[in-house]
Amino acid sequence: MTASPTEDELQAGFDATIGRNDRIEPRDWMPEGYRKTLVRQIAQHAHSEIIGMQPEGNWITRAPSLRRKAVLLAKVQDEAGHGLYLYSACETLGTSRGELTEKLIAGAQKYSSIFNYPTLSFADVGTIGWLVDGAAICNQVPLCRTSFGPYGRAMIRICKEESFHQRQGYELLMTMMRGTDAQRAMVQESVDRFWWPALMMFGPPDADSPNTAQSMAWGIKRNTNDDLRQRFVDMTVPQADALGVTLPDPDLRWNEERGAHDFGQPDWDEFLQVVKGNGPCNAQRLAHRRRAHEDGAWVREAAMAFARKSREQEASA
Amino acid sequence: MTENQGPRDEWPLYEVFVRGKRGLNHVHVGSLHAADDEMAVRHARDVYTRRNEGVSIWVVRADAITASSPDEKDPLFAPNGDKVYRHPTFYAIPANVPHM
Ligand SMILES: [Fe+2]
Ligand SMILES: [Fe+2]
Repeated sequence: MTASPTEDELQAGFDATIGRNDRIEPRDWMPEGYRKTLVRQIAQHAHSEIIGMQPEGNWITRAPSLRRKAVLLAKVQDEAGHGLYLYSACETLGTSRGELTEKLIAGAQKYSSIFNYPTLSFADVGTIGWLVDGAAICNQVPLCRTSFGPYGRAMIRICKEESFHQRQGYELLMTMMRGTDAQRAMVQESVDRFWWPALMMFGPPDADSPNTAQSMAWGIKRNTNDDLRQRFVDMTVPQADALGVTLPDPDLRWNEERGAHDFGQPDWDEFLQVVKGNGPCNAQRLAHRRRAHEDGAWVREAAMAFARKSREQEASA
Repeated sequence: MTENQGPRDEWPLYEVFVRGKRGLNHVHVGSLHAADDEMAVRHARDVYTRRNEGVSIWVVRADAITASSPDEKDPLFAPNGDKVYRHPTFYAIPANVPHM
């Protein structure tokens, strides 16, 4: 038996693992800041998947055909699964899912601002798949290589399923664009509403994102917010052309010199307002989640009572 | 094993292992909460195999697992480092010998 290592030796071991681009696993020693940053980021990510079920779930009962309903159900069920993969990753850091849920419904932890916007027409189901899941894919693909093992593995699982989400949305919009003038107008109106909030999903500009440098040094984040936003715009422009919709940004144009699109900035004051809880649907989303949690309490308790009773019966048999 | 995990009386945590197809080992895929073993299998089916990712599922309560040591790179595995003769590349075989 050797003497237990000092804090400096532990830190050096951790730094060496990160330096080798190796993964940190749950039972490794890690700096408290690393653990806290991960819990905050993974929890926020998990909550986004769970709250993200609501805007689309809104349309399940009113989907225009059985096919669209089945697809939408499967998609929303996937998002529940994504939330659970991520809660499971977060639990390896010593924070229980119940604790995280309570923090969410108390408003003490955040979720992505995008889900505080309403879904006013069925075209929004398509636009969300195309733009919102599209932006999520941009964010999530690099996270498959994040330095914390369980988080990266959850992201790999999630990314495998996201491509279905984006494609079903795009196909839905294509179908509507082949329809009547009124349907085409619905698609354009929906894209107009979701374009800027989708760009906000990458977070504030790098200059206003003080934690990015540390997160990148730790290998938690692999790209800056502005890098990912640029990548998303460049990917999306040709998709918009093929669809026949206009992205609502007068400053959007190809920059030959940069080999990338120039584009305008979202309204960052609006973003801050939504993050602070003042978006169009913040109160509704949290109230719904809280109600679901409280209304489900008796089911959780009954299942525990049933399990206890079955064990007792087995023991006495 | 304790009935209550934490003050909230949460359902216990289970670790989930899935056999992807015949001929492969069960592989750890993540965890979930369930009230009992049977429910854990059902939940594992819904959470981890929505797209035919598996032909067989094992679940085990997380608190029933014994692990080697607190650190993943642990002295238990250190002796393997000098047993390179366990690996096929330890043995030089002439290039003209086929199927090796
Ligand atoms: Fe998702
Ligand atoms: Fe998705």
